[in-house]
Amino acid sequence: MSDERFDLSCPVPLSNYPHVLLAHGGGGRLTQRLIDQLFVPAFDNALLSELHDGAVLNVGGKRLAFSTDSFVVKPLFFPGGDIGSLAVHGTVNDLAMCGARPLALSAGLILEEGLPMEDLRRIVGSMRDAASKVGVPIVTGDTKVVDRGKGDGVFVNVTGVGLVRDGIEIAPRRARPGDAVLVSGEIAVHGIAIMSVREGLRFDTELVSDSAPLDGLVDGLLAVAGENVHVLRDPTRGGVASTLNEIAGQANVGIRLEESRIPVSEAVRGACEILGLDPLYVANEGKCLVIVAPEAADAALAALRSHPLGASAARIGEVVPDHPGKVVMKSRIGGLRVVDLLTGEQLPRIC
Amino acid sequence: MRFVDEYRSEESVRKFARAIRGLVTRPWTLMEICGGQTHTLIRFGIDEMLPPSVTMVHGPGCPVCVTPLEMLDRALAIAARPGVIFTSFGDMLRVPGSKTDLLSLKASGADVRMVYSPLDAVEIAKRNAGKEVVFFAVGFETTAPANATAVWQAKKLGIRNFSLLVSHVLVPPAMEVILGSPTNRVQGFLAAGHVCTVMGYREYEPIAAKYRIPVVVTGFEPLDLMQGIQMTLKALEEGRFGVENQYARSVTRDGNVKARAILREVFEVCDRPWRGIGVIPQSGWRLRDEYAGHDAVLKFDVGTITTEEPSVCIAGQVLQGLKKPGDCAAFGKECTPERPLGAPMVSSEGACAAYYNYGRGI
Repeated sequence: MSDERFDLSCPVPLSNYPHVLLAHGGGGRLTQRLIDQLFVPAFDNALLSELHDGAVLNVGGKRLAFSTDSFVVKPLFFPGGDIGSLAVHGTVNDLAMCGARPLALSAGLILEEGLPMEDLRRIVGSMRDAASKVGVPIVTGDTKVVDRGKGDGVFVNVTGVGLVRDGIEIAPRRARPGDAVLVSGEIAVHGIAIMSVREGLRFDTELVSDSAPLDGLVDGLLAVAGENVHVLRDPTRGGVASTLNEIAGQANVGIRLEESRIPVSEAVRGACEILGLDPLYVANEGKCLVIVAPEAADAALAALRSHPLGASAARIGEVVPDHPGKVVMKSRIGGLRVVDLLTGEQLPRIC
Repeated sequence: MRFVDEYRSEESVRKFARAIRGLVTRPWTLMEICGGQTHTLIRFGIDEMLPPSVTMVHGPGCPVCVTPLEMLDRALAIAARPGVIFTSFGDMLRVPGSKTDLLSLKASGADVRMVYSPLDAVEIAKRNAGKEVVFFAVGFETTAPANATAVWQAKKLGIRNFSLLVSHVLVPPAMEVILGSPTNRVQGFLAAGHVCTVMGYREYEPIAAKYRIPVVVTGFEPLDLMQGIQMTLKALEEGRFGVENQYARSVTRDGNVKARAILREVFEVCDRPWRGIGVIPQSGWRLRDEYAGHDAVLKFDVGTITTEEPSVCIAGQVLQGLKKPGDCAAFGKECTPERPLGAPMVSSEGACAAYYNYGRGI
């Protein structure tokens, strides 16, 4: 019976793949296709089709932002955080990207039989600390346990609701030609930090995840630039390149970046050079992209830079009327190239 | 970043571009051997800074691209066996065989693991005594020393459940095939800096002399490529041939002597099929008889494998520099990185993928 209810009208085959691949969760083209061809047609509604980090509901004259995010990360504890703080920050950030102040969070935990109780205690403690730093309570939750070998220690889902600030309207489709593109700091830190512990890669400087709550940073930004802020997005999996491609597609505009202006730390650049990865596609967990009207760009940048999490913020490009739906970048030596969505996950090269 | 930014300076690159413009008096066609160089050329838009009379054609130096379909199907057949842990570098995982790829095989239950070094695969074998661990040893002379070391170490430590599926190929025989072809267009080569870091460049000297062409050992950064191109063009304009070394910060004439010693210990030269090109005599390596116990081809009998390439794909001509990706009717249409018809569209080093990803000709 459930099969009959689940009747998709879309005649296009999902893809050539009869099984789900890891790349379907990689934030690239395959993820995009799952969303566009399976989820959006299946759940079809106006709020969902905004395709923002969260939905905004009108409730009794107030606008409520509503967002959910699930976390699977290996290892559970990594330099700069753990799965608990990461999950709280992730959902707080999704709400912040809607221009909302978080009101309350839920915590859903899927535990694997055999997980050390001490690990669970640490994770829960870190969720509590992360939430209390932001001043948001975790008000409801759920726990399930799966057989040993059926989970990776802990999977965490955090859902949140928040109140959108008055006079603020933030949505990907609001990006328009002339707008400036800002990033709040050095990119690709989280993905490289996780990869270096997971794969046992050692570098001279320890790489620490940038996992952090962005509500304070966004507060300062919106206080200064307010309605001139057109889009906010946190470029998590798939990185800056994938997020900007999504925005370009949703707003039907082009985006032009300048490689030399994009802040990347020495350590991350070094790691990316060694592994053959492009930092533009590597995940961030404490950064946001800001698309802002040109007249407010300087003030917005100054506001970001005045916050500790935004000290390395930079203006990295602009929204253009040309090549709608595409992101292009001027390379360090002056050539232009298209920055496309990746098909799957970035894989380290042979040589 | 030190040792990177110096080689990506816009000012220095433009200086070489100007020098090249002042140098060239007639049309020339050069080939960069290595896929990594193709990637840099397109990623930074270097080819567009050259005068229109200079044509860069892209060589066969993408290990993923030239690995025969038969070898991929063999890898898939071995990986699908129960009790096998199949290990590989990341970019081989997505390359489609006739029916499936390693990532899809993994999704349907096979134990396929991405490693960063073949020595990690030896470690996996050590920890999983009841399983057979296979490493997919693909690539040119660059990756071969690490693979040789892995099998040498496994033999020394008595780790009998470790084997290599060897598909190693060599640059010089492929250059000779290209130069010896009646349709050859290539007038000068940028040799692959990393291959020469291992092998040195003595073996290119007789080729340069026989075909009377300049060969410049070249690095991978934008400035390296610009300088390599400038040196090659200068030699052509002055009517000189022979081997020159642009990548002297890494390459010596004799290469890495220790690496070459372990290669000689473990591998011997053999004929190899190249995808899109065919069998090239004496163009690859296989394990010596002393290492036969670690040879996955001998260890796993997977029967006869027959393969058929899509007829529309012109990968072979692209790999030999006879055509450019945009000349293919399927490019960007039936053939994309998501659904590649031929190998140059799969690997990030493949010429077709480089053109596609950086938005050329679409």
